[in-house]
Amino acid sequence: MSTIFGIPPQALFGQLLLGLINGSFYALLSLGLAVIFGMLNVINFAHGALYMLGAFVAWLLLTMAGIGYWWALLLAPLVVGAFGVLLEKTLLSRLYKLDHLYGLLLTFGLALIVEGVFRHFYGVSGQPYPIPDLLRGGQNLGFMFLPNYRGWVVVASLVVCLATWYAIERTKLGAYLRAATENPVLVQAFGINVPLMITATYGFGVALAGLAGVLAAPIYQVSPLMGSNLIIVVFAVVVIGGMGSILGAVLTGYGLGLLEGLTKVFYPEASNIVVFVIMAVVLLIKPAGLFGRER
Amino acid sequence: MATEIHAVRRETAAPATGRPATPDLLAFAALLLVLIAAPYVLYPVFVMKVLCFALFACAFNLLIGFAGLLSFGHAAFFGGAAYITAHTVKVWGLPPELGILLGTAFSATLGLAFGALAIRRQGIYFAMITLALSQMVFFMALQLKFTGGEDGIQAVPRGHLFGVIDLSNSLSMYYFVLAVFLFGFVVIWRTVHSPFGQVLKAIRENEPRAISLGYRTDHYKLMAFVLSATLAGLAGGTKAIVFQLATLTDVQWQMSGAVVLMTLLGGIGTLFGPVVGAALVVTLENYLAASNLPVPVVIGVIFVACVLLFRRGIVGEIAARFGGKRS
Repeated sequence: MSTIFGIPPQALFGQLLLGLINGSFYALLSLGLAVIFGMLNVINFAHGALYMLGAFVAWLLLTMAGIGYWWALLLAPLVVGAFGVLLEKTLLSRLYKLDHLYGLLLTFGLALIVEGVFRHFYGVSGQPYPIPDLLRGGQNLGFMFLPNYRGWVVVASLVVCLATWYAIERTKLGAYLRAATENPVLVQAFGINVPLMITATYGFGVALAGLAGVLAAPIYQVSPLMGSNLIIVVFAVVVIGGMGSILGAVLTGYGLGLLEGLTKVFYPEASNIVVFVIMAVVLLIKPAGLFGRER
Repeated sequence: MATEIHAVRRETAAPATGRPATPDLLAFAALLLVLIAAPYVLYPVFVMKVLCFALFACAFNLLIGFAGLLSFGHAAFFGGAAYITAHTVKVWGLPPELGILLGTAFSATLGLAFGALAIRRQGIYFAMITLALSQMVFFMALQLKFTGGEDGIQAVPRGHLFGVIDLSNSLSMYYFVLAVFLFGFVVIWRTVHSPFGQVLKAIRENEPRAISLGYRTDHYKLMAFVLSATLAGLAGGTKAIVFQLATLTDVQWQMSGAVVLMTLLGGIGTLFGPVVGAALVVTLENYLAASNLPVPVVIGVIFVACVLLFRRGIVGEIAARFGGKRS
């Protein structure tokens, strides 16, 4: 077994692993987008900027206060989530009665501000973030070498995605949430505080982006632009998957990451656009998305 | 659900008669006079930049303001045409008018393809699809050979218009750009006031009802999309000749955002709003470039302020305040 389809297995599995890593971030981000969209009917354009914010909070914690990775993994999502709650309370909540497109435009403006501020202070070059000691090194799996940290990212994002799915589909709070997505007025009439749930949902969705940012910090460098290019791909992922189901968003995220990795092996020039091409094909065949519902 | 954006537009949109209203004609005459005199007062290249972006914003406004479709990927048409024009003029040695024509044709074709895909979904999805498709164009511009990657296509010769008029003279260049802008503007004006434009507005207000009246709304939406893309391409191609340059900036998503801002600031669904918005944004960018303030932050703040405080935009607010006589 020296080659598979004319490709050395190390290269193939290496790219597949890279695809799986990318897919982990697509899944985490599109999950957050789907949760927010379900409740607020807003596409959060600031999602990429908040992912970047999560990475930067981790980096600032390390360089300014000497607080390491594990605490950052807890603190950064909290900071980003709190920031999200603030945004929702002060700005987004004013727009719910209007056309949803205004929510998109508002969050686009917010993304420009957040990104612009960091670019002003830190430039466009990346800041390195060290891999925590516990996860240095790697495992030799026989057919490939698996760096520990990358394995951790895949496992961590899988756990977070599954936990979110469980919380929304299998718990009482999740049932309230799903009910409020279907018919907020009725749920409010039953005595449930829907505005609070909306705020909490936005905070949670955004905290997921912050968490993804911390996970990404040691792999990609921490840079102000790390979110904006990613978010457009995630939008395409969301269009492909459809925002009807949580599991759908997660599966599409991983699937497209893997597919992107495969494209890098066989036809590297197309790896940047493969997701968009798939989006076009899906739109032609099943406009509502793979897991979406026509409405 | 989508009520207020429509209510706002209904107030600000031009009256629904076949003939343009008198205030519009007066405003147009004033605009024309200002633009004819402008190069003697202001730096011509600056005004040309404003005109190119004004046409771009007007084309974008045709889609959002009159058909209710928010495209977040118009940079693909603007920048795509800029690349094609720059390449055909510089490498193939075509005269500028042919280069612009080819660039515009390219954008029209691209618009047909993107539009056919994007109109399969509505609202927010429409915006996301157009954004994703335009990002594809961005990556192609980054990777293809003829676009010059990070450098773009530089030093495009301005050449001679119809083989006679030397465009390296900035005044001749200016009046050519003005003619292009006026052509685009009048096309949009006529479109908005035509029966076709009325059907577009009907679709914007209530698509199911337009369908039940027997209109094939998808055809209308696609036609509006192609027309908008074509005019955006015309603006982009002209821009490539004016600045003798086509770069990645023209196809980046920030450019799509900028044109949204221009239209929003000036007034969505108004005829003159995009022109005012483009002039303001270009002026602002010029001043900010010299200062220490970070441009994206200021642009972002204006975006947020527009969405929260004055959604009608400048021209829309004026029309709403003095609008009693108009309808």
